[in-house]
Parts: sequence; structure tokens; C-alpha cells
Amino acid sequence: MTDTRPTLAVWKFASCDGCQLSLLDCEDELLAITGAVTIAHFTEMSRAHVEGPYDVSLVEGSITTEADAERIREVRRSSRRLITIGACATAGGIQALRNFAEDGAYASTVYPHPEFVSSLDTSTPISGHVAVDLELQGCPIDRRQLLEVIAAELVGRRPVIPGYTVCQQCKGRGTVCLLVSKGTACLGPVTRAGCGALCPSIGRGCYGCFGPSEGANPEALAGRLLSEGMAPVDASRLFATFYVGNPVFGNQATALAASSETGLNEQEEEST
Amino acid sequence: MTHGSGAHRTVAVEGLSRVEGEGSLRVEVRDGVVQDVALSIFEPPRFFEALLEGRLASEAPDITARICGICPVAYQMSACAAVEDACGITVDERITALRRLLYCGEWIQSHALHIYLLHAPDFLGCADAVELAERDRAAVERGLALKRTGNLIMETVGGRAIHPVNVRVGGFYRAPTVAEVGALVEPLRRALDAAVATVAWVGGFDFPDVEGDYRFVALSSPGRYPIESDRVASSDGLDTSPAGFADMVIEEHVARSTALHARIGGRLDYLTGPLARYALNSSELPEPARQAAEGAGLGTICTNPFRSIIVRAVELVFACHEALRLIAAYEPPDPPAAFVQPRAGVGTGATEAPRGLLFHRYELDGNGLIRTARIVPPTSQNQITIESDLRRVAQAALELPDDELTWRCEQAVRNHDPCISCAAHFLDVTVVRQ
Repeated sequence: MTDTRPTLAVWKFASCDGCQLSLLDCEDELLAITGAVTIAHFTEMSRAHVEGPYDVSLVEGSITTEADAERIREVRRSSRRLITIGACATAGGIQALRNFAEDGAYASTVYPHPEFVSSLDTSTPISGHVAVDLELQGCPIDRRQLLEVIAAELVGRRPVIPGYTVCQQCKGRGTVCLLVSKGTACLGPVTRAGCGALCPSIGRGCYGCFGPSEGANPEALAGRLLSEGMAPVDASRLFATFYVGNPVFGNQATALAASSETGLNEQEEEST
Repeated sequence: MTHGSGAHRTVAVEGLSRVEGEGSLRVEVRDGVVQDVALSIFEPPRFFEALLEGRLASEAPDITARICGICPVAYQMSACAAVEDACGITVDERITALRRLLYCGEWIQSHALHIYLLHAPDFLGCADAVELAERDRAAVERGLALKRTGNLIMETVGGRAIHPVNVRVGGFYRAPTVAEVGALVEPLRRALDAAVATVAWVGGFDFPDVEGDYRFVALSSPGRYPIESDRVASSDGLDTSPAGFADMVIEEHVARSTALHARIGGRLDYLTGPLARYALNSSELPEPARQAAEGAGLGTICTNPFRSIIVRAVELVFACHEALRLIAAYEPPDPPAAFVQPRAGVGTGATEAPRGLLFHRYELDGNGLIRTARIVPPTSQNQITIESDLRRVAQAALELPDDELTWRCEQAVRNHDPCISCAAHFLDVTVVRQ
């Protein structure tokens, strides 16, 4: 009997393995998934490898080397549908901070022989290199959303993934607003829902690990944070983490950093 | 794949599977003698030590968690310990206990993943756990249930299984209630039984007859099997602080790897991880773990790297038992975090990641900004020993046909549960051999 199940491939680029682990973290559904699809390539899970083409490829990680820039083109050529998962694949990840540093500075800080390391001076999302059919956000992605994406792919429909904010999810949970009630720095008003508004529920401001929501206005939020007394340099750091490679957060971080240089100098002058 | 004929034979695996991250291995054999072995790590570097410079020390736990999705708690805990050391803070013992509970969750999750999904298929001739499930679905379901329990602890205490959100320098954002933590008891009791069954299951596998000659390094904490501690011990008599150990370890950069190779004093290679923890601390295991080990025929020291799967299973029993003990004694820390006043200084923290010793060292300025960072993950420390194992295992298995020899060599690497994602990107080394 011919195996008519669709083939699924999982690929890794520069990343922490956490998003592909989300698939293995579907403990209750894993054997159902592997019954519905053929895992054709997934090195973290299997030493078996089936040659492409693949019906669906899940791609984790960002592009940071010439070799990987070539490899993702091969993956694209062999994939009918290509879905990127997580902050690294969709925005460049925390390692995209190198995009804001001087050329070559990072390699020489970390490695005694930077010449042994062939690495680009940038970390870029997969969509900067090849066409992407769907992006699933999060650092890490949410496994329930991953299940929704896989289920939708199996029947050929669009997955139901919210583009609204963590703020709205907080309201849904009935969590008291930290920014309003306590002045806690929170990226919830500009961050995409998906985690379940976890951080505010434990009294912590959202740190933006699902990236910008649709239509986010980070400038307005930055103004509010500064009016709460937050230093521009600290507000800049808040935007410059796992989604710094997304221009919505990255540009805001840069603007705040530029204003903070003045601020910091003024402070220093006052204290001397 | 293996190729070559007659006197010259090469084993080459271009993309190692069932490990975390991207690596390859190569073994050269000439006239029946293994000549050269290389575990190459081509995982692209992410330069964490560089990107931490100029960040707030309070950001270190969340940023370094992103080094590894399999053991984020290890990164968070070593980062907190290092920053607290630099700031001269000692946290309340209730915070230490809650951290230990969170860490038990990560050990259970990571060990269940490695035993059932990554390692056991090797011993049963399966390409992966899917094939294993076709043959023994109950076993795979037991492993997934164990893994689920580990993740449940991480979600209850840490807020999320991958990259927990509740950890901060000084402690936690919110202490879970007694009822929330109490809800873990039933799943953990079942997990404890499943862990004992796991030891019996893996104890029945066939193991190649290979013994390593290891210098073991692990944390030690008298009266406790080590997870976090302020002493580092070795099988040849070392007993020092994490800072003292960090000073001794010299990492070397070789061309074939984006992970640095660590040696004590730049000379002595060593092994961290379950085999080391067990060899140095098996007397501290609770009774159920000791009994399970004895039942599986494990002595007080295990030097057969293939049998590390039994040691991991014994540590699963320990972690379930320890989590239950911590829950029985649980009092929510109040406040949930110690206040940490930034100060200029240097701090080192070491904890036992599931796959071995992980230490962080930060130099901070008076505003709490990181001036320099050094992170030494277990796989950098184990890499030289893994290559020695590869040589030993390949030499002992040369009579095997090519495909089986290749598989055996892959196993020699998987025995140590290497996390290649962790190992690439580090370094800050001092000495390089020319």
C-alpha cells in the first residue's frame, strides 16, 4: 500500500531548538500527528531521512551564514508550503542585535580566532531570503498555535491565529492593567497575543516575546513609558530583545537609544 | 555513511540526528586502527557573550535562556546565581527550594526526552520514537507522560515550559500558591512509578562492552544530590568554588568547531553530566533511586557511556522524589524575590543542567550593567571526552559492517546528550594552541 500521508519536514537554522521542541512538547498529540503525517526530515527526532519534495516544511532559526543562505533556498525549492516558526525565523531573533553592532565586533569578542568562524554580520529572517507561506510568531512559539497550524495545513484552510494584542488577552483574563495601576513597564499594548498574557498574570510587564501586533503603535507606548519616569535607555532595551530584528520594535529601540545618549550626557553633566 | 575499502575506512555522518543542534562526526581508520576522530560543530554561532555586554544584569536570565530551548532553566539559574554572587546576595532558603523544584521539572522533561525520544531507539534498532511506538506504544506513552509531568512543573512554577517567564534575579515574580503546587502531587506520584519502571526498562537493554577512563567533574552538596551548589568537585580530588573552577578552565578554539574545547588548566580533559554526578554523589541519592539503581545492576560508579541511559533514568527517579519532597515542605517565599542592589563586581554561578555543569561569570559595573560575560556550557566541557569516547567505541566496533559501525559511532555521541545549540557561541578564551 502506498503511503498517502502528507510529508512534514523540520529544518533548523540559527536558534535554540525551543520552537521545534514545541512539536515534541505536544505530548498528548504527538503520536496522533505522526499518524497523520510522515515525518520526512527532523534531525532532532529521527535519523531517518526521506528525500523531498515535502508537502510542508517548518523552519526554525535565522540566517547568519552564507552556507545557510544557500541551504534555505534548497529547502524552499523542495517544499510545497514553507512555514517559519518563532522569533529567529520570522525576525532574526535575539542574535539580530548584531545587526546594530560594528561589523565583525561580535565574532572577535567571542572567538579568539574570528577567521575560523564564517558568519555574516547580520542575522536575518527567512522571509528576507525566500518566499514564506505562513509565519508563526513567538519566542518560543505556543504549542497550541502550532497544533492549530498543523491541523489547518492538513485540511488546507487558514489557521486561526490572532493578530491582536496581549493587552486584549489580559482584559479577557480579567488581569488588572499593570501599566495603568502600577506604572509597570509593559509591552502588552503593542505585542501580539498568543502566550495567553502570561507575564501580566504574575505581576510582570510583558516583554514582547511574540513580537509586534498588527497595527502596533510603539511610539505612543514609548511616550507613555517615558512619562512614567522610565529612562530612554531602559525603554530602548525593552524594545531591543527577541524581536529587535522586526523594524517595528527595532526602529523604536533605535530612536529611544538616540534620545537616551543626550539624556545620559545631561545626567552626567549634572552630576559633575 | 561509511566508505573506503581494505586498509582505509572512513566513517562520516554529516548531520547528526537526535541531538540538539547541528553537528557532524568523522572517524578515520587505517590498518585496523582508528587514526583520527572529530566531532565538528557547525551550528552557526549566535555570540551571546558579545550581545550581553551593555545589557542590564537583570536581563541575563531571560536573554541566556534563549541559548537553549531544552534547558532554559539551567541558563536562568546559573545566570541568577552569578549575578547574585556579584551583588553579594544570598537568597532565602524558600526561594532556593522553589528554584530547585522548577529545576526538577527541567530534569524530568529533558531526561524523559533524551531517554525515550533520542536515546532508547538506538538500543532497540529504531530510527526514531515513531518506529519505537509501532513496536512498543506503551513505552513511548510512558515517556511522553513523564515528559508532560516535567513540563507541568515548569508551567506551574515557571509560568511556561520553554523559556519560563516567572524567574528573576533574586527569585520569582510570583510565588505559586500551596494549592497550585499541591496539584502537582498526583501527577508526580504517577511519574515516580513511571520513572522506576523506566530504570527497569532501560536496565534490560544490551550494552556494548566499553569502559571510559573519565575525570568526572560535578557540583557537590553534602546531604543532597547536586542541582545547585557552591562547591565543584572532581574524581581526582578537586574541591573548589564555582569562581575557582571558572579560573581553572581554559577553552581553546579549534578550526572545526564553533564550540570551544574546555580543559582544566588547559591540559586535563574531563566529563560533566549524569555519569559524573552519579559517580561523585550516588551516596546522596534517596532510597527509591538507590534501590532502582541496584535493581538495574548499577554500581556506585558507572564508566560505560552507553549505560548513561540507566543513570539518567535513576536521576528521573531522584527528580520525581525530590520534587515530591519539596512540595511536601513548600512554603511560598514572601516576598517572592530578594531585593538586589546592583554593585560593581564579578560573580560566578554554576548549576547542573540535565546534560552537565553550566557556569556563568559576569563582570558588572556599579549601575548593574554587564561589562563582560563568560558562559561555559556542558557540551564545550565534554567535547574532548566525547571525541575520546568516539575513538574508543569505534576501535572496539571495527568488526561491524559499515552501516552498523556508523550507527554505533552516532550512539557514542548521543550517549552524552550533547546540546550543540548551547555549545556554539561561546567562548572568551584565553589560550590557543598554535
